Amino acid sequence: MADPVIEMKNVTAGYGPTHILRGIDLAIYPGERLAMIGRNGAGKTTLLGTLMGLTRLHDGQVQLRGKDIGDLQPFRRNGLGLGLVPQTRDIFPSLTVEENLQSAMRGDATLDEAYALFPRLKERRRNGGMQLSGGEQQMLAIARTLMTQPDVILLDEPLEGLAPVICEQLMEVFENLASDSKRSVVLVEQHAEAALAFATRAVLMANGTIVHDGPAQDLRDDPTLLHRHVGVGLDV
Amino acid sequence: MRNLIAPLALILLGVALFFLFPYNLAFATRIVIMVILVLSLDLVLGYAGIPTLGQGAMYGAGAYAAGLFAIHIWADPFAGLIAGALAGAILALISGFVLMRASGLTLIMLTIAVASICHEIANRARGVTGGADGLRGIRMDPVFGIFEFDFIGVTGYWYTFGVAALVFAFLVILVRSPFGLGLRGIHESPDRMMAIGAPVYWRRLAAYVVGGAIAGIAGALTAQISQLVSLETFAFALSAEAMIMLILGGMGRLYGAAIGTVVFMWVHHTAAANDPFNWLFVIGAMVLAVVFFLPSGLISLPAAVTRLIKGGRNGGA
Repeated sequence: MADPVIEMKNVTAGYGPTHILRGIDLAIYPGERLAMIGRNGAGKTTLLGTLMGLTRLHDGQVQLRGKDIGDLQPFRRNGLGLGLVPQTRDIFPSLTVEENLQSAMRGDATLDEAYALFPRLKERRRNGGMQLSGGEQQMLAIARTLMTQPDVILLDEPLEGLAPVICEQLMEVFENLASDSKRSVVLVEQHAEAALAFATRAVLMANGTIVHDGPAQDLRDDPTLLHRHVGVGLDV
Repeated sequence: MRNLIAPLALILLGVALFFLFPYNLAFATRIVIMVILVLSLDLVLGYAGIPTLGQGAMYGAGAYAAGLFAIHIWADPFAGLIAGALAGAILALISGFVLMRASGLTLIMLTIAVASICHEIANRARGVTGGADGLRGIRMDPVFGIFEFDFIGVTGYWYTFGVAALVFAFLVILVRSPFGLGLRGIHESPDRMMAIGAPVYWRRLAAYVVGGAIAGIAGALTAQISQLVSLETFAFALSAEAMIMLILGGMGRLYGAAIGTVVFMWVHHTAAANDPFNWLFVIGAMVLAVVFFLPSGLISLPAAVTRLIKGGRNGGA
């Protein structure tokens, strides 16, 4: 197996002095599709925040391609290939769709790539960030992160609050993104069924720890595993 | 064509000022210089979201630098502008290393402190700056070696207007660039910008330095046109007035900075001439009215009127 692109070793992290994550060991490999499932408050968002440097790392190591990035600021981690699509989307309201994308554009990224992935954004490119529907905002948040050309995309509950038809469209986009064999996609979701349908590997979290780490197929085959570990079913 | 309306209106405004104040071109020139200062504040506060009441520090540094440059080195106006811009940028860079680590009220207080320190240094360094008597003896060469600075102020006005137009065009390009868009992103969500790869501290510092250079140009113009630099260039009142002008016109719009400055200075001029004791009431009432009824500034007046008319029609229907 190839070396992991990201490795967390015995990580304890949280907000300020509060510890949310405890003793996290996790490796993410190039081209991997990883689902991260757990109830509210399980520590999924904190884990993504810790990878991006948005939370306080109390103990342990976070490595990117073997290099310790625990002390690096978020923009440096982004420059090294980590891209986060936050749960809150954080669209810049005073900027148009196109300006939101341009604000993050790097290297040889082009607007056309973003519009090819999300044709709807091209139609709305002159609209302000807050004139978009929830689904369009999510598309913009994803496209904006892609403008930074990440090798690892961290998607924090991207389907939350969206209509089923939009969720289906977004899942197709995630499939498209993951088709690049060098790009890893980490999907944090409460919709276990959708996440497991997408992923090849699944991590279950509860109370700030990883309680299960294995092939997504195992959880699809035996949904009672989900219930046993995190107290949720496939329909959550 | 629609994209040309606003710049054309601004040029017409500049031409109108020349004809509105034919016997007081010094005042019209002062308005244009203040537009440049307020534009610099708009970049720093309106776009980058850096609250400051010390923009006068860079303005004063630019004024003294241009004045001293003209007296001791070279009296060419454009070389003096570069000297002023460099002085403003260097002061912004040095102070910005510390200032950009602060935020909110702390940052505001620190910016005031920087201007106060500059004021005191200029006051104490009497041998260089002239202290409380001001820096005198500035004589400028003709603009392009052709246009002498005349007593009426025609050359001074058009020279200042030309510089203001260039500064404005530069800022229009800057705020539409990825750097400028990034500044607006930082203003709205620094954490998000950080997570999409923007070095927030350095971007804010860069904006502060560019803003400082532009304020320095405004200061340099003051020194060259008035041929005198006084300690008042560092005064808190100047920085505070610049902020009021920006709020009045509308922040983060560039055109708002120009409109706010022209309206503020014209009302100030007229009110003070009519009632030297109570003119501040007029200014205060105007600012209050704008803040309450047009929170986005005078630049939002046409949109507000349109909404009002449409609302009235809908209400009547």
